Amino acid sequence: MPLLETRAVTKAFGRLMALRSVDLTVGENEFHGLIGPNGSGKSTLLKCVAGAELPTEGTIRFAGRDITAATPTDRARAGITFKFQITSVLPALTVYDNVLLALQARSSTASLIFSRTRKALHERVMHTLEQFHLAEGSMERTAAALPHGQQQWLEIAMALACEPRLLLLDEPTAGMSLEERRVTGDLLMPLKPRCSLVIVEHDLDFIRSICDRLTVLDQGNLLDCGTVSHIQNSSKVREIYLTRV
Amino acid sequence: MLADYLTVFVTRVLILALLALSFDLVWGYSGIMSFGQALFFGAAGYGVALLARDLEVTSIFIVLPAALATGLILSFVTGGFLLLGRQSPTRIFVALGTLTGSYLADRLARRWYYLGGQNGIPSIPPMTAGGYEFSEGRVYYYLAFTLLAIVYLVCRFVVRSQFGLALAGAREHEARITFFGYKAQQLKLTVFSLAGAIAGLAGGLYTFHEGFVWPNMLGVVLSTQIVLYALFGGVGTLIGPVIGVIAIESLGFWLADGFPKIWPILLGLLLLLLILFRPTGLIGFLVSESERVGSFGRPSLPRQVSAGADDAAA
Repeated sequence: MPLLETRAVTKAFGRLMALRSVDLTVGENEFHGLIGPNGSGKSTLLKCVAGAELPTEGTIRFAGRDITAATPTDRARAGITFKFQITSVLPALTVYDNVLLALQARSSTASLIFSRTRKALHERVMHTLEQFHLAEGSMERTAAALPHGQQQWLEIAMALACEPRLLLLDEPTAGMSLEERRVTGDLLMPLKPRCSLVIVEHDLDFIRSICDRLTVLDQGNLLDCGTVSHIQNSSKVREIYLTRV
Repeated sequence: MLADYLTVFVTRVLILALLALSFDLVWGYSGIMSFGQALFFGAAGYGVALLARDLEVTSIFIVLPAALATGLILSFVTGGFLLLGRQSPTRIFVALGTLTGSYLADRLARRWYYLGGQNGIPSIPPMTAGGYEFSEGRVYYYLAFTLLAIVYLVCRFVVRSQFGLALAGAREHEARITFFGYKAQQLKLTVFSLAGAIAGLAGGLYTFHEGFVWPNMLGVVLSTQIVLYALFGGVGTLIGPVIGVIAIESLGFWLADGFPKIWPILLGLLLLLLILFRPTGLIGFLVSESERVGSFGRPSLPRQVSAGADDAAA
């Protein structure tokens, strides 16, 4: 059984059809890339899966459960974590608190009030921060004080702190230098045994280097889907997308 | 010992500080713009006034819990309407909703004969505890002071807990923490109700202290005044709004003496200058910006990473 399955997902914004009957299947521990020109509906599809948008038609199933109408909170608690396209760390909080906030997201209100989880979770927060080279000064530095690339890493670190079964990344390397991109790839690869990934990305080299399978969208339509080599050799894709880039 | 009129004045200030504290909890920590704190304050005030007038219940063990409960229930219902929904309502929606609630309650009280109309309910008997009557100013002052201290400590415990961190998250970027799996709306409703309960408690205290209730206790003017107290003192600090109330009320008291005709204008100018040059409020003179924003949940554990920085700061 696939982990994530969208069937005939259609999303209309007024008269604009952002997605037309898109099927997407992602297996356990699969890294899946969504590519396509600007406005092809990649981000919209990701948002429909995360719950930021509700599809006009179609169904979305996650781990065997129909989540088409579930709230973002429910989806997050079921194991889907979404990283926004625009960097959206919590700027006024310290780097440390950003991760801590992500770590205890599924706690109940009462346990938050009376908990001393800060102590219990300390090791995990520091471990997560160290993986992303963010540990130093993390208790003093606010997230706003980090350079852009590191903010992106912090955001990925926060997403991972939730221990998702499915991680949705919307353009994680936007605005990063080549070196930072390479490091980001190195940071994502070890996750493969732990979760599945759906990633929207413009950098095709980056996406080729980490993804197992790719889905190509064009103007809201599903153009092709398959392994990286299949997509690279697909005449349809090459004609409509790759040659234009 | 304080002169009698000063005792009355200081007690009133302490009760208003309680109200300002409740506003800071919702706005400073949670980013909920509530122009309705007076609604919970006044409704609880009217509630206990009716208890005293119609049922002759004045026992502190009944009226103060009743005031607290009135504020809690009313704010829970109001918050349920204003804060919940598929999409989280915008700040301006919540601000206008609470403002409207406050305005409606004010109009209602003015027109309702049972509530005494424009004049409100006068000559409320003093609060009692067993056979004792809280008629002496000094005793009431100690009562108000103790309650303010307790409420302050409770609020401090709440905002410094992990709940406070989650609230700060909701304030900074609500959608973001929702996608982590936080029930952000539930968190906000919880803190809104807690603040409503505090405002209610303040309303009950105020009613028995003044000995009467009137529609202005519910209205927009008082609601706005609370916002000013908090901004003047510095939001997001709990202690800031308390300082704000003391400062504004004392200044008003003193200015009214020295400049009986133009004192409201002078006070307004002062407020304006402070907000323009010190947007963080009076508390901004005492603590740094980072302390102010991050003043929830400082780590209570060995800080290996930051030991050096800490020493330097000390």
